[in-house]
Amino acid sequence: MSGRHLYRIRFSKLGKIRFTSHRDVARLWERALRRAAIPVAYTEGFAPHPKLSFGLALPTGHESLGEYLDIEITRSLADPDTGVLDVDALIARLDPGLPVGLDVQAAAEIAPGTASLQQAVVCCTWRIGLQGSGLRQLDERIEEVLASEHAVVTRERKGQQVTDDVRAAIVALERSGDAEVVADLATQPRGLRPSELIALLSAPASSDLEESRVMRLHQWLSIDGAREEPLPLPPGATSAPHAEVRAS
Amino acid sequence: MTSIWPQLEQLLPRVAKPARYIGCEQGAVNPEHHPDRVSWLLTYPDTYEIGLPNQGLQILYEILNERSDAVAERAYAPWTDLEALLRANGLPLFSVDTHRPAGDFDVLAFNLSAELVYTNLLNCIDLAGVPVRSADRRPEHPLVGAGGHCTFNPEPIADFVDFVALGDGEEVVGEITEVVAAWKAAGRRDRAEVLRALARIDGVYVPSLYEVTYLDDGRIDAVVPVDAAAPGRVEKRTIADLAEWPYPKRQLVPVTEVVHDRLNVEVFRGCTRGCRFCQAGMVTRPVRERPADQVRHMISTGLRRTGYDEVALTSLSTADFSGIDDVVRATIEDESMGCTNVSVSLPSLRVDAFTVGIAAQIQRARRTGLTFAPEAGTWRMRQVINKLITEEDLYAAVESAYSQGWRRVKLYFLTGLPTETDEDTLGIAALAKQVVAIGRRYHKNASVTISVGGFVPKPFTPFQWFGQNTVAELHRKVGLLRDLLHHERGVDLKWHDPKATLIEGLMSRGDRRLGPVIETVWRRGGTFQEWSEHFDVERWLQAMDDHGLSMDWYVHRHRAGDEVLPWDHLSAGLHKDFLWQDWRDALAELGLPDCRWTPCYDCGACTGYGVEHIVASATPPAGGSQGTGQLVFLR
Repeated sequence: MSGRHLYRIRFSKLGKIRFTSHRDVARLWERALRRAAIPVAYTEGFAPHPKLSFGLALPTGHESLGEYLDIEITRSLADPDTGVLDVDALIARLDPGLPVGLDVQAAAEIAPGTASLQQAVVCCTWRIGLQGSGLRQLDERIEEVLASEHAVVTRERKGQQVTDDVRAAIVALERSGDAEVVADLATQPRGLRPSELIALLSAPASSDLEESRVMRLHQWLSIDGAREEPLPLPPGATSAPHAEVRAS
Repeated sequence: MTSIWPQLEQLLPRVAKPARYIGCEQGAVNPEHHPDRVSWLLTYPDTYEIGLPNQGLQILYEILNERSDAVAERAYAPWTDLEALLRANGLPLFSVDTHRPAGDFDVLAFNLSAELVYTNLLNCIDLAGVPVRSADRRPEHPLVGAGGHCTFNPEPIADFVDFVALGDGEEVVGEITEVVAAWKAAGRRDRAEVLRALARIDGVYVPSLYEVTYLDDGRIDAVVPVDAAAPGRVEKRTIADLAEWPYPKRQLVPVTEVVHDRLNVEVFRGCTRGCRFCQAGMVTRPVRERPADQVRHMISTGLRRTGYDEVALTSLSTADFSGIDDVVRATIEDESMGCTNVSVSLPSLRVDAFTVGIAAQIQRARRTGLTFAPEAGTWRMRQVINKLITEEDLYAAVESAYSQGWRRVKLYFLTGLPTETDEDTLGIAALAKQVVAIGRRYHKNASVTISVGGFVPKPFTPFQWFGQNTVAELHRKVGLLRDLLHHERGVDLKWHDPKATLIEGLMSRGDRRLGPVIETVWRRGGTFQEWSEHFDVERWLQAMDDHGLSMDWYVHRHRAGDEVLPWDHLSAGLHKDFLWQDWRDALAELGLPDCRWTPCYDCGACTGYGVEHIVASATPPAGGSQGTGQLVFLR
């Protein structure tokens, strides 16, 4: 089967490798795909580059159980006889080229014209570890934020200080442990980052809460009003705690 | 404590580019430490991005880890933000492989490739929790060693290192391992005992076993061994055949961006072009080519293993490699790499049209810039430095480059060379204008970048006796060029800070009396001196003053032929009378041919060590003036 084929890969980023940047991960993938001799399509022109498209950048230092990558490939990776993609074989092929902590969890061919991850992902679920004296008032602060109609953050955009009301971006927020919250944060039209949520939960002007370990648990698409992952985990996929031990 | 990772990972969210501290490279090992094994921490005293690609360090890393009696890990200087956090939290320098404290290793071995890293050397030793002066160390402290080009004059750092390995490290690291293993097995009691044993290894210099005496005028009277174990002269080590050392076999592929982020394959070691300013060419003789088949094998297995799509063929002058065009063609036409286009880079281009032809083969896609190093602006000056490139060669090379699609040419020059006049300096501007005029025949916006560095005389070169130009003189010369070129369309002039050149010169030919100066600058916070944002010449001037030493005497003074030089008790194989004769020839503007293809002039590098050139081709390469036309310039 020739022609262009689009594949979506889901992978985790856990342990030491969380300190690599979004650009670092892109470079790691380019090399891993070359090493696995996957026939990635290249752009035309003066400086051809591989047609890879990543979803929303994960801030350096944060872990993730659900990162995605779309790859355009010049021929089908499916078995020519059955037309079925052997995901385990593909994972085994990619794995030796990826560092410990970046682990492929799922892969599938997707239809040409599928909306890009950047466009399609509307919301992410985060597990946010916290530290600092503000933990004592954490329940009240969460209630306060959820009860208010507005939540204003100041941030820099194109060198200018701007204020945005991000209340609508806080889709869900709850305490999940002594020093941890789980939050669903919208990514569109303007997303809210975990660090900005922590600033909202801190006492005004005293920043008595600081982030410790932050992990993206899910990215969500909205399909006919219901939310779905861009690529669900296959049954029996490596469980997160196990992967974390291996990676650190 | 076996790993500081649990503490370190708390700090990394607060520092710039944390990925440079995590290791995780493809090819990295997780070695099994054992009391019977000698543990080495191979340390590059600059940032990870600069140090990770260092081939010497990677070669030794593999060779040591292949031994059953050794393990090796790596460390790099933490940037100032992490250093401050480490010190505030009582944490030491660590290996990036298993995040083990540096002080837990048996040997801290430093690669010294530039003089300005000396303060970082002290900082790394101190961060390891080890006394910076070797005299203050006790048996439980690691042994501190050094290797690399700077160690051909290790005298400025003699107080801080326990031993120095001169020359090629492939064989000597094994011999050092055996000595240290025996010392450990015997209970690791007396530090002086292991130092004496190390001094008995060929190529290993133990500074503390030598005494320096001085004349009343400040010059050195003599450097003599004070222990029977120490030889009167320490000769460098030379591996006879590169083919026996196909390393690195598993080049490290970092998870974050570094310089030279590509596969690197060393195609030969040594250079006999005989450029008189070039220490690397002098101290790495003779030329030892890697067999072309082995080069091809290392390229194809390396690309497949790493996933890189670029390979650099490294050496001091890669276009001189016998059959270079065959190797290049085989690489870019290798179908086994599947669908990707492999690009080849030649980091050191010779200045001629033939070389540009090779470059054109390999840079099919991205023809952005091409770099040449004519080094001097006039033919007379190039005869003095024995870089025998005619103007016709240069113009043919740049014409070839511009006509084949390159729009920007970069030219490297030195200023402050022996016998240099303003006419020579102005010759650089004349060349620049002519080059851009040639370029404009092919491209409306053709440009040339002129990069000018101040010349630093180096030990074991014919220019080791020459008094370096002052900062004011270098500024004046750069000013001449700036005045002539700053209105010139398409010409971009860049220059190296003459103040940094001054301190490089101080260290390059300094002696043991500079130890306290380095220590003072370090104690006053002068680390990362290679980085312009951290370099401060005032710290150095003040420290020289505080220790009653004259910058002028060390840097700008011409040495006489009979002066005892600080490195005279060390040897890179070169006879001192050869170097002196070559210095006289330089002053007489006489060139010296490349002995690969002409009779031996007995510099000493082969004859002294019973080795010889290993060069596949008996005839010089096509095209290069130094390769073909050089017999005209025989003395």
